[in-house]
Order: sequence, then C-alpha cells, then structure tokens
Amino acid sequence: MQSKVDAWSYVNKQAYDFPEGLHFTPVEYIWIGGTGQDIRAKTKVYPRVVTKLEELEEWNYDGSSTYQATTENSEIRLRPVKVVKDPFRRPYGLLALCETYHGDGTPAVANFRFVANKVMEKAKSQHPWFGFEQEYCIYVTRGTNYKYPLGWPEGGFPTQQGPYYCSQGASYAYGRELVELHQRSCAYAGITYAGRNAETMPSQWEYQNGPCEGINSGDEMFLSRYLLRRCGEVFGLDVSFDPKPVKGWAGTGGHCNFSTEKMRAAGGIAEIQAAITKLGEHHNEHILLYGEGNEQRLTGKNETSPIDIFSYGIGSRAASIRIPNGCNEDQKGYLEDRRPAGNCDPYLVTALLVSTVCLNGEFNQELIDAYKSSKARSLAPHH
Amino acid sequence: LTELDEWNYDGSSTYQATTENSEIKLKPIRVVRDPFRRGKGLLALCETYNGNGTAALANFRKICNQVMTEAAADKPWFGIEQEYAIFVTKGTNYKYPLGWPEGGFPSEQGPYYCSVGASNAYGRELVELHQRACFYAGLKYAGLNAEVLPSQWEFQIGPCEGIEMGDHLWLARYLLHRAGEVFGLDVSFDPKPFKGWNGSGAHTNFSTLAMRNENGLEAIVQGIESLQTAHKDHIQVYGIGNERRLVGACETSSIEKFSYGIGNRAASIRIPFDCAAKKCGYMEDRRPASNCDPYLVTGIIVDSVCLGGKHRQDILQSWNEFQKRTTTHH
Repeated sequence: MQSKVDAWSYVNKQAYDFPEGLHFTPVEYIWIGGTGQDIRAKTKVYPRVVTKLEELEEWNYDGSSTYQATTENSEIRLRPVKVVKDPFRRPYGLLALCETYHGDGTPAVANFRFVANKVMEKAKSQHPWFGFEQEYCIYVTRGTNYKYPLGWPEGGFPTQQGPYYCSQGASYAYGRELVELHQRSCAYAGITYAGRNAETMPSQWEYQNGPCEGINSGDEMFLSRYLLRRCGEVFGLDVSFDPKPVKGWAGTGGHCNFSTEKMRAAGGIAEIQAAITKLGEHHNEHILLYGEGNEQRLTGKNETSPIDIFSYGIGSRAASIRIPNGCNEDQKGYLEDRRPAGNCDPYLVTALLVSTVCLNGEFNQELIDAYKSSKARSLAPHH
Repeated sequence: LTELDEWNYDGSSTYQATTENSEIKLKPIRVVRDPFRRGKGLLALCETYNGNGTAALANFRKICNQVMTEAAADKPWFGIEQEYAIFVTKGTNYKYPLGWPEGGFPSEQGPYYCSVGASNAYGRELVELHQRACFYAGLKYAGLNAEVLPSQWEFQIGPCEGIEMGDHLWLARYLLHRAGEVFGLDVSFDPKPFKGWNGSGAHTNFSTLAMRNENGLEAIVQGIESLQTAHKDHIQVYGIGNERRLVGACETSSIEKFSYGIGNRAASIRIPFDCAAKKCGYMEDRRPASNCDPYLVTGIIVDSVCLGGKHRQDILQSWNEFQKRTTTHH
C-alpha cells in the first residue's frame, strides 16, 4: 500500500471529466457541530453548472449525530451563507459555509453567526475590520484517540523553546508541507491569507486571516480552519486549537486585531483609547466568550496577560490589549486583543468586540445568553 | 450498446450453475465509459440467462424490469443512500476497519459523522476517487458523506427512474470495489459489522408522479399504508442479516414492527419535514440493508404501491429459489 501522500496525488490526477451533455458540480456543505469546535461537512452534487451562492439550495442533516438534536427530532436545516472554490476538487468543486437552524427557525446549538450577523448589520456604518492570528499545533495521529506533536519524541519532550519561532531547518520546523499546502488552498479559495510563521512551540504554527470586514471574518476563519484539517488528512496529520497543549510550554492563541473606520482615520488613536476603556469595563464578559480552557493559557507567563486582570500597553505582549508601536507613531490604526484562545469562536469574538466598542454593549447580554444556552443544549459528552 | 455482442461465462465458477450445465449468457443492458481505462474503454452491465432462456440465479433485474415497465405511467423515482465500511485487507480472509487499532476499538461514535481531520475521517482518498469515477461514467451520483461509524461512508445515487436505479447502483458498487483496489482497501456492505456500533443501510427514497404533484402527501400516505400491509414480505428481500441491524436502536426501527413518522429516524418510513410542509414530495424507506439487491427493493416497492402487489409472489419466489439453489453458503 502506498503512502497517504502518494494516494492523494493519484486521486488528484484523475481529472473531472463528464460524458457529453452531463455536468456535475460537487458542493461541500460545511457547518459547525455541537461542540462548537467540530467542523462537519457533506457533499451535495448538482447535476449542472453551479458557481454562485444564489444558486445553492438549502439542505438538512441528521443533528442527532452531531450532538445537536435527538433522534426523534433530528433534522437540522443547512442554509448556505458563503461560497468559495474547493481546492480539493478543482476546477468545479465549491465549498459552501452554512448556518444551522431547527425546523421552527431557531438557530441550532453552536450557531452564533445568527446573533453575530445582527451585531454586524447594526454597526455596518463603522466598518469594523478584523485580522485573526490563528495559532495551532500539528499532531501525528494513530487512530481516533492517540496523538503526539509532530517532531516530538513519542512520549517525551524536545529541546526547550527558543530556536523554533520563525525557524527553518529540519531540526526546528515541523510540518512545512502541511502549512504550505494550506496556504495554497486558501489562496485558491480566495480566503484572505495575510501571512504565516512557525511559532514558539515546536510543531506549532500561526497563519493570519484578514483584514476582513464584519461577518466575513468569522466566515473566513471557519473556512480556513476546515481547510487546515482537510489539508492535514493528506499527510495523516491533524491539528489542535487547544489553548494549552503542554503545561509550561507556549499556549495557542487567536489574537484578534481590530479597528473601525474612525480608528484608521487621522487622529484615530483617540478612538483606540476610547475603545480600550470600554473593553476594560467589560473584561469578564469578553473572557467568558473567548474560548474554553483559556485559563490554562492566560497565566501572565509565556507572553500572556493573566486572565483576571485587564491591562493594555504600547508594544507590550504581556498585556490584554497591545497597541502596536506603529499605530502609536502614526497616531491611528488598530488594537490587538491578545486574550482570545486558539479555539475561540470567531463569530463570538468579533461580535462582542463590535458590541462593546461600537454599540455601547447593546448586544453583550444576548451574545452571552446565546453562548450559555447553546452549551446547555449541546448533547456533546463533557470533555 | 447496440454495437455490443452477447457473450457467456462459466456459471459453475460463480455459484450460479453446475459443471455439467455451466454456460450462462451475458446480455449487455447498459453501457457507460470506463473511468479506469480512460479513452475508449467501456463498462457493460449485463443480465444473466440460462441456456433455456430463464433468468440465471441472482438475476432479479428481469422481474424488476417487468414491474417497472407495467408501472411506467406512475413515473417511479428513486434515490438510494448506499452505506458501506472500508477495510484494510490482508489476503483473502482477514481484514479490519480502516483507522481502527488492529484487533481493538476506536473512541466511541460521535465525532465521525460528516467529519474532517485525520483523527476522524478514514478513507478520503478512496471516496474522492470513487466520486470522480462515477462522474466520468455519467452515473447519477448525488452526494457523499462520512458516516457515524469510523471508516464508514455513504454515497447517494439518484434520482433515477424505474430500472435505472438498480443499474446505476450496481455500476457504482462495482466502481467502489475497483477504486479500493488502487489503495489495497476493500469495502463491506455487511449491515452490522459490529454489535453496539452503527449498521450500514441502503435507505431508499421513493416517489411517484402523484406524490410529487400538488397535494401529493395523500398519495404518500396511501403508499405507506400499502407498504405497511406488506411489511414482512418486503423485509424478506431487503437484505441478508438485516435482523442484526434493525434493532430499534442506532437510528433504526425494529424489524418486527412497521412504523412511520415525520422527520423520525427511528421509524421504518420517514417523511422528510420539507415534504410534510409542502404537502408533496417523497418518502424514505429506511428498512433496506446496505447489502440489498436494489432491483428487488425497487421492484417490490413499485409493485406494492403502484400495482397492488400483483407480482409479489413471483418476486418472493425468485428470491427463495435463489437462496435455495445458489451453491454458496453465506
């Protein structure tokens, strides 16, 4: 049996070729499952040419198999909200990111886009932009429940951190092939991919998604996460967004860079400072929605701020919010919220930032209620 | 198709005849492009006949075709959700599911359905190759998803009218095995590979013109009532070993009792929410096992719903005859 990479190379060489008069467009419907972390997907084949979102039909799936419903009342609707080209089914395949709804119109467990969209609509005129720095660790997997970080000695530890951040060389940088394949996949799909680098912990990397406006940030984040795991399959590797994989080693964050039109305009530094003041008043609400297990990561060490103290600083990586040196010099720009964990839900993070900073906290309670209600209703086993 | 000659083969080597009377005729009935011999290669699906003109053992297409021809005016449409599990094979008689620890069990079900990621989805290369192959052959391949059991997948074929359903599904099954060869993997249509874990089905979505038309919900309910009275007969031809799968758990109905419901995956027949809302559409018969013969399933459904069960005894008889006389033991 050949290697996984050879196997996929073989498949990729089989061109999409249809008999005369026929055309098939495979569309991968993608949604978020009941843990809020599991990304699910299935294929609907259209027997004709399809290229645009408006041409896609709603669909449904068995929510009792994704921790989102019971067997007796299992049907959950899939409503496509964004479509991009599928890098794994060139040239015709599409990826369709979907929202999930019950038959009565209520959002299913883990559908936070529903509320986030309301927030973004209301704040449209302020043009909120986001850039996420998505960190993750690459793992070698053996079956369903055993894995260890790529490049680590199985069951042990590598040399302490120092050489790995932005490194090259086979002794420091693990997983280059996956990272490069992911970048090319995002480029093909038209997902805003602003950069990438090897991170502090060996097998850990980061890619940056943005700048995206409004709801598009959450959309592109979930699509790029789907592509990352799908790319991993090619190599038999999986990725984890767990915020603190190994105690004492660097954690995995989802820093969110954020600005409004006014912050980006001349003299915007005043807006940035006003925003930071508001964020300080709502610190605990933000922390609640910034990812589970974050308390293991935000310890005040390893370039993090402590989880229960709000702080900010120019050029400081030990603060909750960092104002980049460049923005301070230009007296305008953006702020970096360093609190979100790598496993955060970007819809919740972006919506809460906008609600606190642009809408005087108008939607904060609704977002918190949606999060708590979703957790209570989820049928996922406790971790 | 018209350019292809009839042929024959040694039926005593395929459990279908005795050595003394072994020649079975091959009659091509559908031809498609061969994805593994791109260029000019063709696949020719055939019916099998004994020397005396009777259908060979396991040729259920003949009687299915009769039913479909008679019921043509009802325009019966089908979509079958073919489930199967992928296995790593070692020689002829040892295999274990792809991604499972050899001789053991993976983490419990939950993460695998429609999953992505190397710890969840096993066999992506095979299922993608199969999809491209089915497209190339022009089969009505309608969709794909990872299933609840790790290493289990499902593809859907449809909507097909009448005899087309059995033809397209058999060709798709052939292509699945053939695609597996590329990776040293085989697939199993066994309806219950592991007790306590999900089984494999071949849910059959079905509708007639009347059901698809306005207020077709009436026709759907009438159809379900015909199926209810014929429950035990249908179960007979819905796949061997189905009693291990239809246990009333793992999203199945109990094999003894017929039931139906809107949006209910624990019933024998499910009416999708959309169809109940629009008051027309189709029904989903969740009873057939993954190893069923689609000619028997589609044939008996159309016979019960559209022809008042006229051919039921013939269908059951040809099935019983096959079970008695085939020279293989299951």
